[in-house]
Amino acid sequence: MSRKQRIKKGVDIRLSGRPADTVISAPSASVYAVKPPDFTGVTPKLNVRVGDIVEAGTCIFYDKKTPSVQFLSPVAGTVKDVVRGAKRRILAVEIQASDKNTHKDFGVLEVHTSDKNAILTRVLEGGMFPFFRQRPFDVVANPMDSPRSIHISGFDSSPLAASTSVALDGRVSDFQNGVDALAKLAGESGVHVGVQSNDSTLAGLRNCEITEFEGPHPSGNVGVQIHHTAPLSKGEVVWTIGYQDVANLGAMLASGHYVPTKVVAVGGSECAMPQHVKTLAGASISSIVNVPEKASNGDSVRVVSGSPLTGDQISKEDYIGSYHTAIALLAEGSEPKFLLTEGWLGMGLQRFSLNHSFPTWLMPKAKEWDLDTNMGGEERAFVVTGEYEKVFPMDIYPQHLIKSIIVNDIDSMEKLGIYEVAPEDFALCEYGCTSKIPVQQVVREGLDNLRNELG
Amino acid sequence: MKALHQLIESVKPHFEEGGKLSKFWVVFDSLETFSFTPGHVTKSGSHIRDGIDLKRTMFTVIVALIPALLFGTWNIGDQYYASIGQDAELLEKMFVGALKVIPLIIVSYGVGLGIEFYFAAKRGHGINEGFLVSGMLIPLVMPIDVPLWMVAVAVAFAVVIGKEVFGGTGMNIVNIALTSRAFLFFAYPKQMSGEIWIHDVASSKAAGLLVDGNTGATALGYLAGTVGKVIDTPATQTVMNMFADGGMFSIQNCIIGSIPGSLGETSVIAILVGAVILISTGIGSLRIMASFLAGGLLMGFLFNLIGMNAFMTLAPWHQVVIGGFMFGMVFMATDPVTAASTNTGKLIYGFLGGFLSIMIRVFNPAYPEGVMMAVLFMNVMAPMIDHYVLQANINRRQKRLQNI
Repeated sequence: MSRKQRIKKGVDIRLSGRPADTVISAPSASVYAVKPPDFTGVTPKLNVRVGDIVEAGTCIFYDKKTPSVQFLSPVAGTVKDVVRGAKRRILAVEIQASDKNTHKDFGVLEVHTSDKNAILTRVLEGGMFPFFRQRPFDVVANPMDSPRSIHISGFDSSPLAASTSVALDGRVSDFQNGVDALAKLAGESGVHVGVQSNDSTLAGLRNCEITEFEGPHPSGNVGVQIHHTAPLSKGEVVWTIGYQDVANLGAMLASGHYVPTKVVAVGGSECAMPQHVKTLAGASISSIVNVPEKASNGDSVRVVSGSPLTGDQISKEDYIGSYHTAIALLAEGSEPKFLLTEGWLGMGLQRFSLNHSFPTWLMPKAKEWDLDTNMGGEERAFVVTGEYEKVFPMDIYPQHLIKSIIVNDIDSMEKLGIYEVAPEDFALCEYGCTSKIPVQQVVREGLDNLRNELG
Repeated sequence: MKALHQLIESVKPHFEEGGKLSKFWVVFDSLETFSFTPGHVTKSGSHIRDGIDLKRTMFTVIVALIPALLFGTWNIGDQYYASIGQDAELLEKMFVGALKVIPLIIVSYGVGLGIEFYFAAKRGHGINEGFLVSGMLIPLVMPIDVPLWMVAVAVAFAVVIGKEVFGGTGMNIVNIALTSRAFLFFAYPKQMSGEIWIHDVASSKAAGLLVDGNTGATALGYLAGTVGKVIDTPATQTVMNMFADGGMFSIQNCIIGSIPGSLGETSVIAILVGAVILISTGIGSLRIMASFLAGGLLMGFLFNLIGMNAFMTLAPWHQVVIGGFMFGMVFMATDPVTAASTNTGKLIYGFLGGFLSIMIRVFNPAYPEGVMMAVLFMNVMAPMIDHYVLQANINRRQKRLQNI
């Protein structure tokens, strides 16, 4: 029997260009990349040099602090370049794919007859471990920890997200195999899967506790689901992993090959054909979607790897982010807006607002919105209170937590529940913030500070 | 609008660093961002953003204040002509009112914004929009015949000591508009009492023009006079008759607002129109307003039960429509910076605010404007209320920790 949980606070922002429920396979890209900065908390140590020949599954780099955490090449080919930024920080390792894809063979592992150690070892060498993230701190998990439980959000509720039924089409048995493996890794609280209430894709799962979530975004955020199933306390560690990565994990254990399949939702107002695209982790944007030169409003086009609420702004020559399963093409909004027409004093018919001084709340719920990347104002001090609470479905006071982070008051952060949150949980707070505070950045910095402080 | 934007862009270099007018960058910047929402785009985090900003929020409050402002302007004229026993047309009344109101607004905004610009330039940040509302609230809580220089001093005090020393908009502890009013009340007690509530009442009196029985006092002024006296004396009876049906301060007159008082506080109807605007846009807190009203009504009801003097016997619903109660409830107590910031805290804060407003005005006739004192007091107490609300949340979390 699955539990039901209704999330009341939050909001679904219906952006135009929602991906259709069709999947096409992307043509194989010529260049793939693994991007170390995606893996928060990892210090990359290169294992290859430019010009080295690699197989799919060859270790490209590993974590300096925990060398067993390895990051593998998604395809066979040649190491083309190591892109470095300021202070020689590694931004990406590019792999030129060869015509013939060969896989490093890790051997088949029967999950039911293996113990925890055998599975963990295989997950580490099979390159699936970097996809585990931990709470607290929302960083790549540490294989030395024994997590209290492992949490999987079975759906993405953010705007323009991939649909579970499309992404896991034909892969439910892989997913089950992954869950069986996770059940052996997890501690006494086991594996928790949050599923969308009207979606039956994951209904028949065994070996885990299923909670049906109903309600608007952020009901699909794993942090919200943890809070409503088994809240995290100081000193506890839980692991989280994306649902597509669970399927990849299951497939890797069953086949012995590292094949990081991704079904990416491609959408947004500037996307000509919003749909799902099947590709591999690290694929180039150009192999997944055609980015138009100019947006419909005459401005340039922004490519967002990930959700428009939490993703990274990347160039169209870049590669999809390691944890991302969506690409959004949005119009930039760099044109100043006259106060009475589209500016701060306008009617605001074209703005989706959480505030009732805009007519959004009077319009039909089904309306789809074309939103550009304009800030809609300038950053100010906190003035308004109570607006974060409306879109933050946890028993935490978001604004007070943010303030304690801004003043770096570690004692208050701990007391106010920082261990339970990740930047993505604050995405809607940031969206609707009157004072335009960069809330997600504040949370990320707070988590990093706290992590450094605690050693 | 392209032309206007090009004009702004063309003069911009003069104000930028190194330009001739770079000292006035803050002024230029605020005018530019006033006329055009800037083309700033998001960099990370949420790539799309809500259109709401502080300018729109503050402007909504100003819109909500307009009914009270217009009614107050008319009421100045109405009270003036009534005090000298003359009839006048609507426009004549508005004209008399405008002669008082416009200079008040100019002084309030002029002094306040001048100081804001100075501090913004000094600190090198943009103008915060907070004073747009404070600058409108200040005239609305002033007595009609207050000298303009006093307003200027009060605004300067409120903005510098009430706000800027704490770090500017969003950092202040007590409400700016009420700080200015309290400053006048304590710094110039003599000038702030007596014949200032009706335009020119002092000179009308001297010229012998004043209608019999009109002393120019407010409802609270009359009621304060009854405290400490036995209920059944003829003097208190006269006062209480003014509050009965057909009297000068009948409940009907108080709700319409054609009574003497501060500029914006008299008309309950005009204030409630503003309240509807604030509540429907979600910019004013319904929690605070509702609990404030509940607190005031409860205190009024308790006083009814005690009934020691005439003031206490006034019906609770009459208590809340006289003086600044309604204005304070809708526009002062709801100031998000100085009110409690947690939802539970807002209920407690509002309730105690309303409760104390009525208590102070009845218990201490020297402070008839109990609302001002109560809201300022609750402003100071708001962080403590929030502290306990947060502590309850923290305790819940720690209890969970002990259970594992």
